[in-house]
Amino acid sequence: MQVHPAHGSSTAHGSYRGNTTGFILSLLLTLASFAMVMSGKIPASLTLAVIVTLAVLQIIAQMHFFLHLDNSPAQRWNVMILIYTLIIIVFLVVGTLWIMYNTGIRMMPMPH
Amino acid sequence: MSANTLSPEMLHPDHAQHPDHGGEDNALFGFWVYLMTDCILFASLFATYAVMRHNYAGGPTGKDLFDLRYVFIETMFLLFSSFSNGFAMLSMHRRSRSATLKWLLLTALLGLGFVGMEVREFTHLVMEGNGPDRSGFLSAFFGLVGTHGTHVSIGLIWMGVMMWQLYFKGVTPAITSRLLRLSLFWHFLDIIWIVVFTVVYLMGVL
Repeated sequence: MQVHPAHGSSTAHGSYRGNTTGFILSLLLTLASFAMVMSGKIPASLTLAVIVTLAVLQIIAQMHFFLHLDNSPAQRWNVMILIYTLIIIVFLVVGTLWIMYNTGIRMMPMPH
Repeated sequence: MSANTLSPEMLHPDHAQHPDHGGEDNALFGFWVYLMTDCILFASLFATYAVMRHNYAGGPTGKDLFDLRYVFIETMFLLFSSFSNGFAMLSMHRRSRSATLKWLLLTALLGLGFVGMEVREFTHLVMEGNGPDRSGFLSAFFGLVGTHGTHVSIGLIWMGVMMWQLYFKGVTPAITSRLLRLSLFWHFLDIIWIVVFTVVYLMGVL
């Protein structure tokens, strides 16, 4: 089935089963997220924690089943650069929020 | 990565029929590197949105503006298109031009449905005076969601070009290589959307 049998690397081709599994998982995780928020019956703090977890799970599911990222040697460099990017993103997002939160506090009008 | 300076035929005589082979792997890796830089672009837009998300300037909040049913259907368009894109790639590896074209067409139509819904949402917001100039929250919202929508629209143009090439040239190694990158791009945009609907829409109405 593979066109280039000797070179699996980033072109790992997946399968009908993998594609369908990824889709069904994504569908269920999306449904769960929306249903939880739309029901409006669960406390906001709990809902927040759950929908963030569901989003992370769905990202992992799609990276595995749609992008075929895994810990095989052929994928090593793709995964390396992904991890490097995630580190930059954490610095960028956490750093921004930290600085802007502090700035916001310092510029807040003092309550009397 | 320096192997691309060597002739692939010399390294793998049995691969002489795919002379651009090492180049293809490098091209895909290079495209992956581009996608990771795109991740950083989106991360900075998400950081901006996170900072601005309560700066309503007396204007409407996410709760007032977002219709989760609408966003759910939008999400389904994009998820189904990612699914159908997976089938397009599987058909491509079977070297079936007609099946690949059909799946790509379905993918593009679903993507078009997504973009159409987003354009309609944006038009409504602007018409009601809730455009990007209304508040910091809305500037960040339009900046983030609009950048994603622009990516999807560019992906659609790319997909149109690839369907045209596929129709006239068939499943050639060069076209296979381009379609693999397009597929990576398309799946990547669906992954970004997971973060968009969670952070912007779902958290926006919480």
